[in-house]
Order: sequence, then structure tokens, then C-alpha cells
Amino acid sequence: MAAVKTKPTGGQDAALTGLDNLELGQPLTAAPARTVRTIWAATWPKLLAIALVLGVWQVAYVGDFRGDRTSGLLKSPATTLSGLWTQLQHATLWGAINVTLQTAVQGFALALLIGSAVGALVSRIPPLRAAIGSMISALQTMPSIAWFPFAIIFFGATRSAILFVMVLGAAPSIANGLITGVDYTPPLLLRAGRTMGLRGIALWRHLILPASLPAYLAGLKQGWAFAWRSLMAGELLVILIGQPPSLGVLLNTAQDNQDLAGAIAIMIVILVIGIVVDMIFTKADLIVRRRRGLIGSSAA
Amino acid sequence: MNVVPEARMMNTAWRDGPPPSPPVTLNGAGPATAGPAPGRAVIRLTEVSKIYGRGPGAVHALDRLSLTVGEGEFVCLVGASGCGKSTLLSIVADLDPATAGQVETGGQRVALMFQEPALFPWLTARRNVELALRARKVPRPERGRRAAELLDAVRLGGFADKRPHELSGGMRQRVALARALAQDAEILLMDEPFGALDAMTRDLLHDELERICAERQLSVLFVTHNVREAARLSDRVVLLSSRPGRVIEEYQVPRTGQRRIDSASVAELAATITDRLRTEMRRHGGG
Repeated sequence: MAAVKTKPTGGQDAALTGLDNLELGQPLTAAPARTVRTIWAATWPKLLAIALVLGVWQVAYVGDFRGDRTSGLLKSPATTLSGLWTQLQHATLWGAINVTLQTAVQGFALALLIGSAVGALVSRIPPLRAAIGSMISALQTMPSIAWFPFAIIFFGATRSAILFVMVLGAAPSIANGLITGVDYTPPLLLRAGRTMGLRGIALWRHLILPASLPAYLAGLKQGWAFAWRSLMAGELLVILIGQPPSLGVLLNTAQDNQDLAGAIAIMIVILVIGIVVDMIFTKADLIVRRRRGLIGSSAA
Repeated sequence: MNVVPEARMMNTAWRDGPPPSPPVTLNGAGPATAGPAPGRAVIRLTEVSKIYGRGPGAVHALDRLSLTVGEGEFVCLVGASGCGKSTLLSIVADLDPATAGQVETGGQRVALMFQEPALFPWLTARRNVELALRARKVPRPERGRRAAELLDAVRLGGFADKRPHELSGGMRQRVALARALAQDAEILLMDEPFGALDAMTRDLLHDELERICAERQLSVLFVTHNVREAARLSDRVVLLSSRPGRVIEEYQVPRTGQRRIDSASVAELAATITDRLRTEMRRHGGG
């Protein structure tokens, strides 16, 4: 350091640059290579869990503890899965998946619009918050299935009734996510934004909304879970006459036919769709948090 | 008491008229040159008070504080906890209204830097700087070039695409400095900007700050509780009392070429200020 004696010249820069390099000495983002090994490390626990479930099922089937096998009610995992495989070759199941997913996307999109609008307004307008802020949380605790009698009386046994309940289930979560995000915008960043001259819409666009993104995403994820559950309940309760069958209708049919294997097959489809969408939200959440340094880059 | 409640006069022509002379105490710190601050005043606080709350529980953060900062002057505010240093900066930055008194910045642009970098974590260093340019309505094609220039000025040209969490504390604070410079302000307010940094980084940033302020002829009001830092950086050190905050002493620091944190003159001034500060603290200790 003895060399640093002069006015800021070459020596000074070199000292600062040297310090920067030292401080960032460790590799910043040593992204682990996605080798076969790492993929396997993430996969085997899941495979093991599935194997365990199938194992318990197989034991129950072979043991026949309640006599369900002899009565023909309980089918073996192999039979059920091959039944699902056969169904997957036919257009009926795919048509049902298509019908259900279309309703899901529509209902969730509606909930997204309404929830985001309500969340933005409530977080901005204090009297509105005093009026309906706590009501939003109260709505969340209401089991969505309890809305169906109301919805069916109001809309009749129509798709609108299902969409209505989906929105009521999902929008409060989405609104709450946005409100939480806005509330938890760090005051220091707000001060920084204001000194920079960000005001009004610009402050929202460049500071409050990006700062709210993680909480908003969490709200979307929860909202999706509520919407998906409401949709399934709706498809079981609201029988749409003269429409192509949905997953719920197929499930009802299986129930009417005392077809346990068929019911389980449809349930697996419902579960898989739910898991896949949830994974998309989880991935988005991970990307957002990693970009902000809220989690280490090596965490998967 | 001749105070104007919540007065904030921007763009006034006060510079042309006879400026009210604030109660300035000049006290011996070596060969202190008594007299007006160099150049015209860019910040003028007259009898500024700030009271939080009402009634018996009210806290007098600032009490009839008067202070000027001349053009191109580097003024350090030093004081123990509770002297309202940060409050003062918030008032000058127009983030907080004064309860009474006048705050004049002559319509000059003011940039504020905090102890925390307060960078937006979702933006890269470059984007953080660009956002400040955008808030000033700098046209888009110009923003990229200006941001690159500013990051070069704080010697972070090679780190433009890093996000704040990928940078060290000192580097983040330099991005924050670049962002403050992007506001193209004539006045830079700094609230303990190096308080959270290690000594070695701080020393280097002192040199950088000195160079940048000289190049851009910035007027700086710098809050610190580090007396040596104040002696190292400033043209004038202003000592504030605690609860309520008032100016109790000012020390003119002669510009004698290159100063370092371990220079004898810096150490001497720091010792003088520390003694005075201790006297002030004893007053609160009931002794």
C-alpha cells in the first residue's frame, strides 16, 4: 500500500480494482453443471415415493384385508395403470382434459384480472382497505364448495357458475399476494425512488410492482391451487347437459359405474396436472428469487 | 421567533439579495480561515426546526438550526446519536417537511445517498443507473451511454451487468454513488454512506469521492459519526448538539493539498473535535 501516495492516479485505481477483484475472488455463480448425476439426485427420491405408494397399494391388494379384491372393487396397481394407459389412447380422456384445462385457464385468467385489480386498488386507497381489506382474507377462509348452492341458484347449472366459484376462490389469494407485496416494499427503496424523482405511475411501474413480484407470485400460486380445487368441485357438482365431458364428468361416471380403477386413473390425471402447474409457479418463483440474490445460486 | 412555518422556497432570487447571515461560530482548528464559505451558498438553512409528535411527548429533533453550504464546498455534519443529522438531510432532500424555518437550495437539484446502497435488487448495476436517468427524462438512446460513463467514473465499468447481490458492499455503494450522480444534481447529500464498510474500502472510497466531487464541482453535505472521516474529507466540519440538534461548533479545514486518513493534520483536527463532542455528551450524562 506504500505505493498509494499520489493524487488519484494509476496506483489509486489499481488499489481499488485490486480490492474489487479480491472481494469477488470466489466464483460468483458457479452454476452446477446439469449432469446426469445431478438430475438423478433430484429424481430418485420422487421415484422412491411413487414406488412406496404403489407398494402399499399392492400389499393391500394381495392381502385383501377387507375382502375388496374378492368383491371385485379393488384392482391391482398394474391393472389400474394399464387401464389408464388404455384410456390415454382414446380421445375421450384427452377431450376431457382439454375441456377442463380450458375452463381452468379461463377461470384463472378472470381471477388474475379481478384479483390484481382489487389488490392494486385496495393497496392504494386507504378507505377501500379499511372497508374490504379484512373481507378479502375472510373470503379466503370460506371453502369454495360452500359457494356452489348460491352460484347454481344465481347462474343455473352453467359454466358461469363454475367460473364464478373459481374466481371467488382464487381472486382473494391473488389480491392478498399483491397487497402483501406492496406493503412490504422496503421503505428505504421507496425513499431512494422518491429522491430519484420517481412519482405516481412511474413509482408503481419501476419500483412498487417489481418489488412486489415475489409476494404476488406466491399469491398466484396459492390462487391457482384454490382455482383448481374449485374447478374440480364444480365439475363434480354442476352437471353441464349436452357438453363434451370434463374430467369431473368422467369421475362422476366412474362413481356411477362403481369403477374404482377408472376413478383412480382420472384422479392420477388430475393430480399430475395440478403438480405440473404448481411446478411452473415454483420454477418462476425460484428464478425471481435467485435473480434478487434471495437464495444461493446453487439451491435447486 | 421569526420563523416561517413549513416554508420551502425554491427558485427564489435570494442569491441576488443580501443573504441573511447565519450564526456561525468559527473555532480554532489550526489556521482556520474565518469568513464566508467559498463561492455562493447553494444550501441555506435558516432557523430550521423539526418536531416529531405533539404535546409533552414531542421530540425536538432540530432546534432553530442555521447552516449554509457554499458552492463546491464539502461540509461534514458530525454529532452523537439523536442530533437529527439524518432528519436534516431528509429535510434538505425534500423528503420530509421542516416544522419551521426556511430551507433554500436555490432550485438546484439534490441527490441523496444512504448508508445502505438502496439499489433495486431486481435490476443490474447498469439498469439501476439507467432508471435514475429515466426518472430525469433522459432520452432512451442517451441512457445507455451515460450509464456506462457513470459506472466508469466509479470504476465499475466491468461490472455493469452484475446484480447488486453479486457485488461487494463497497461496490454496491459505488453503484449507489453512480446512481446519485445520474441525477445530475449540483448538491450531493450523503447520510453515512461509508458507515457499513470496512476501513480499507472506506479509505479508497474517500479518495474516489474526493476526485469525483472535484471533477464535477459538487457541493456536498456529508453526515457521519466518524470524526476522522469528517476531518479527512471536509472543507468544514459542523458539530451538532444532541436533542435538540443545534450547531454548536464549526471547524474550517484548510485545503492543504493531499490529505489522508492518517495525516497528522487530520488526526489533530479529529482529536479537537472528539474532545468537544465528549464535552457535549457529558452534558447529557448529567455531569
